[in-house]
Amino acid sequence: MKILMKAPVKASNLLHPAPEGLWCPVGGFHIDPVRPVKRALITHGHADHARAGHGHVLATRETLAIMTVRYGADFCGQQQIATMGERLTIGGVTVQFQPAGHVLGSAQILVEAGGMRIAVSGDYKRADDPTCHPFEVVPCDVFVSEATFGLPVFRHPPASGEVDKLLRSLALFPDRAHLVGAYSLGKAQRIVKLIRMAGYDRPIYIHGAMEKLMVLYRSEGIDLGDCVLVRAADRAGLKGEIVLCPPGSLNDVWSRKFPDPVTAFASGWMQTRARARQRGVELPMIVSDHADWPDLCRTITETGCSELWVTHGQEDGLVHWATTQGIRAKPLNLVGYGDDGESEPA
Amino acid sequence: MNRFAALLDQLAYEPRRNAKIALMVQYFRQTPDPERGYALAAMTGSLVFAQAKAGLIRQLITERTDPVLFALSYDYVGDLSETVALLWPTDTNAQSVDAPLLSSVIATLGSAHKSALPGHLACWLDALDETGRWALLKLITGGLRIGVSARLAKTAVAALGSVLPDDIEQVWHGLSVPYIPLFAWVEGKGARPLSDDPAPYRPVMLAHALEESDFGKLAAKDFVAEWKWDGIRVQASSGIDREGRRVVRLYSRTGEDLSAAFPELAEAMPFIGTIDGELLVVRDGRVQSFNVLQQRLNRKQVTARMMVEYPAHIRVYDLLVDRSEDIRALPFVERRARLEHAIVANPSSRLDLSPLIRFDSWEQLAVARADPALGGAGEDTEAIEGCMLKRRDSAYLPGRPKGLWYKWKRDPMLVDAVLMYAQRGHGRRSSYYSDFTFGVWRKGSTGEELVPVGKAYFGFTDEELVDLDRFVRKHTVDRHGPVRVVTANAQTGLVLEVAFEGINRSPRHKSGVAMRFPRISRIRWDKPSSEADRLETLERLVSANVTQTQVTNAKVK
Repeated sequence: MKILMKAPVKASNLLHPAPEGLWCPVGGFHIDPVRPVKRALITHGHADHARAGHGHVLATRETLAIMTVRYGADFCGQQQIATMGERLTIGGVTVQFQPAGHVLGSAQILVEAGGMRIAVSGDYKRADDPTCHPFEVVPCDVFVSEATFGLPVFRHPPASGEVDKLLRSLALFPDRAHLVGAYSLGKAQRIVKLIRMAGYDRPIYIHGAMEKLMVLYRSEGIDLGDCVLVRAADRAGLKGEIVLCPPGSLNDVWSRKFPDPVTAFASGWMQTRARARQRGVELPMIVSDHADWPDLCRTITETGCSELWVTHGQEDGLVHWATTQGIRAKPLNLVGYGDDGESEPA
Repeated sequence: MNRFAALLDQLAYEPRRNAKIALMVQYFRQTPDPERGYALAAMTGSLVFAQAKAGLIRQLITERTDPVLFALSYDYVGDLSETVALLWPTDTNAQSVDAPLLSSVIATLGSAHKSALPGHLACWLDALDETGRWALLKLITGGLRIGVSARLAKTAVAALGSVLPDDIEQVWHGLSVPYIPLFAWVEGKGARPLSDDPAPYRPVMLAHALEESDFGKLAAKDFVAEWKWDGIRVQASSGIDREGRRVVRLYSRTGEDLSAAFPELAEAMPFIGTIDGELLVVRDGRVQSFNVLQQRLNRKQVTARMMVEYPAHIRVYDLLVDRSEDIRALPFVERRARLEHAIVANPSSRLDLSPLIRFDSWEQLAVARADPALGGAGEDTEAIEGCMLKRRDSAYLPGRPKGLWYKWKRDPMLVDAVLMYAQRGHGRRSSYYSDFTFGVWRKGSTGEELVPVGKAYFGFTDEELVDLDRFVRKHTVDRHGPVRVVTANAQTGLVLEVAFEGINRSPRHKSGVAMRFPRISRIRWDKPSSEADRLETLERLVSANVTQTQVTNAKVK
């Protein structure tokens, strides 16, 4: 017998948490590092996952474009495009990007060596989103999941119904501007698209901070209808109009010049009333770019994983649930993602 | 139920009064009888049924969910009704079950045996969506907490047609759930409902604040003056019903029925008629401060012990109905003569007359107002907020008619405090930092420290608010949820001159004192924070008699 049985690679040797983020010593790369590193694989363009200053970045074409818009063309030493579904070898490790359904260009990263498959999901959702590729289940041994909404209280309703709430409020209060807080990358474009799909064809006004990403989404072939940049002088005249702005601007000096504004906020956090009230939101729209509880559970089951690592969010609940399902589970206690939803797109 | 739930949900998020009214009007327009009537009853607190206990709801949910996940969820959400509404398992196959009507929920709650309640509740929760479950659980645990008073709900009903909210109040107590004749009347499809309530509420008459410039226009001889008591305005109404039984009710100034909270007052009403007066706590013949009265307010149920410890009393100042005769159209002095006669003829230990203040000129009245003890108020000085002026010939009119009644409050006390925390406001102030917590200096374990003594959210102009808001944003050093902590030390800090009506000891506050009605009277951009007042100054105000503080304390105008 000449054939030697190779011992399977231990998952924690293939990938483990380091201060910079998830580290793959065999491949010599980090995934979504929060500090500048030599070689980074990036799941998607949100600021807590995609940072500037790395030596080499491997990400989808869309994610690289988003990073260029945000940080400038020189955001890293060298860029490399990862094509969805294509297998690449880095060191002794095979990596493969698969759609995560979170925002434009968002991907899960499958890391594979010696028969061990670890799928790093990044942020993901299963709900329909007309502005990005839908999530694809990646069979794996270890599934690395977020848990932003990792409690069974989070069951997000269909987004179309939430957009209907906005349009109904517009009908009830035709003299009030409707200010919708939405994260600039992903949520804003999804909301605009959903409003269009609901049949609303008036111009939608957008805050200056959103303009570049709107242009980028358009150039990717996503039709967002007529989006008009709000100029300071126009604000007082926008009664009965929809105005999109980053969540931070809802409470900013900027928002005060609108006529008797209705404050709306599109986020998965809006599911709990206290959260909405704390932010002074009058029209909460539960629209999330993260998986809700049933989808987290469903996804974990569908991957067929025997082990679950939880990156960030409400990890206690998800770890508990996985354990009751016979799946070994542990929190990774990674720092720097999410920040309990305040700065995080949700 | 789903439509009602959606209304409650929207109301809970809406801070603006007019927008709340618009939401309710829209609901009343779109919802048929009798559903809208039950909704009105729920919002005006007019429903009577055995409330479900939190324990029952916990039991139902723990039968259906993993206890660890329930505990984690409850901890995160922080509200039992909402946690259960969010967690309740939904079976997609069972959605053919119709959501229950609000009317049938209320009918069942009113008639079902206690042992059947868990079963009914589970069925309803199965059939409702999340908002519906939340609203149902709020309804049956007895706390809607959506920021809608009974008065506001009635105002919305009035806005359906061209009647006034006071007209609704006039007929309200003769009506019963689901108010079909009421809706018919306001929508012009029926006659005004008859009020056959033997002890109805009559809308109260209110006073304008007196301005210095008013004195030139008003003649002292046209007015009588009374003390303005620092209690709560109440109306006691008694009459005989069709069966010949005596009915007594106690109402707040907005027409809320307070009888259950003050049963001893209803018993003490010694004659048939309607009186207007101030509810006070009187111990051993002395009127207690508002702070003491507050211990008894806002409690739906009252214990025998509370009645002994906080004996309620009405200081009466007007008579609206004398036996069965409505005398509101008579001049004040004639009503007063009838009132005095009624009180003297029917003595009660819980009822007395609010005395008149003798004066011949505004100067004399000013002296009495500055020193009520000398002006004839004796030992009750602490419970006096100022004077009321009433035209001798004034009829008793609902609302706030011009030129008839005035309130002339005492000058407030003032303290210079340092801004410590700020929170955002609501309505047109949303997005501005407009709720301010301020503190004064005291000696702490590590030297001088600021201790918070109160919170104020008005008193400043819109321009000043912009400046305050900018200060908060520029000087934020920390955040706790919605609260911003601003720089406040001996070198840097913003001094606010705070005006307030009174101050009491309060073990519930860190500083040990609680101000009554604090507001920001001036922003002292000029004053170094180290020169703000000290806690001892406030403590002296507590221990001192108000009159003495007015004379001796330099802080008081």
